[in-house]
Amino acid sequence: MTVVSTTKDPEALRFTIVADFAAPPARVWQVWADARQLERWWGPPTWPATFTRHEMVLGGISEYYMTGPEGEKAHGWWETVAVQPPRTFEFDDGFADENGDRDATMPVVRAQVELEDTTDGTRMSITSRFASTEHMEQLTNMGMVEGMTEAMGQIDAILAET
Amino acid sequence: MVVHRVDETSVDRIFSALADATRRDIVTRVLREKSSVSALADRYDMTFAAVQKHVAVLERAELVSKERRGREQLVTGDVQTIRAAARLLGEYEAIWRGRISLIDEILAEPTEGDVP
Repeated sequence: MTVVSTTKDPEALRFTIVADFAAPPARVWQVWADARQLERWWGPPTWPATFTRHEMVLGGISEYYMTGPEGEKAHGWWETVAVQPPRTFEFDDGFADENGDRDATMPVVRAQVELEDTTDGTRMSITSRFASTEHMEQLTNMGMVEGMTEAMGQIDAILAET
Repeated sequence: MVVHRVDETSVDRIFSALADATRRDIVTRVLREKSSVSALADRYDMTFAAVQKHVAVLERAELVSKERRGREQLVTGDVQTIRAAARLLGEYEAIWRGRISLIDEILAEPTEGDVP
């Protein structure tokens, strides 16, 4: 299991996930910087991502779409807010319409990625900040992935019984 | 997918109600079986008033409800609200867990120049 911890801070609308990888930071950086590698993991397996533009420089724009099981497309964009290879990357992640234009009615998440050396690889921390609970709810209601949280694991087990 | 929608105010209430470990524990417990406030007070080594306060917070968030039985008030969990809260808290985490396991697979592949 590579996920070390997850932290939810509902009051600050922040979610942090920390994972360890058995590869050096320069290698882990590539899964973000190389669009061909990035598109293999950004979308859920049933909604693979295709990046048509990817600029990991300050103010740079990335554009992508995810293709659903019925061939439907969901477009998105990133804007790089801070970048320092191979250590930190901060970006805004939002939705776009079918022409790739930003959708102002959909939530934007600010994500901060940190890569640190460990004795046998890299520790990656990702903090996602939501603008409001409404936005967080919109995102979780997108229904791309079904899942329950570890912190609520006990409650989950009981719900399964009821 | 059926989405149990909750409005923004109730989301705020649910989040702050569940931010406390004792309250999460109370929710878990009363989902299993109804429990009186005094039985909960014994369990947590807290005063009746302190537990009463926690229960009131959970009640406002509609995570539990109270019913009177004789001289006692029984607390019971509201499965619908709890399910909605679990979804809100959990789905974003599930998305990232999925991504991280895919990154792991990519990193495990031999890179060019490696001896196969």
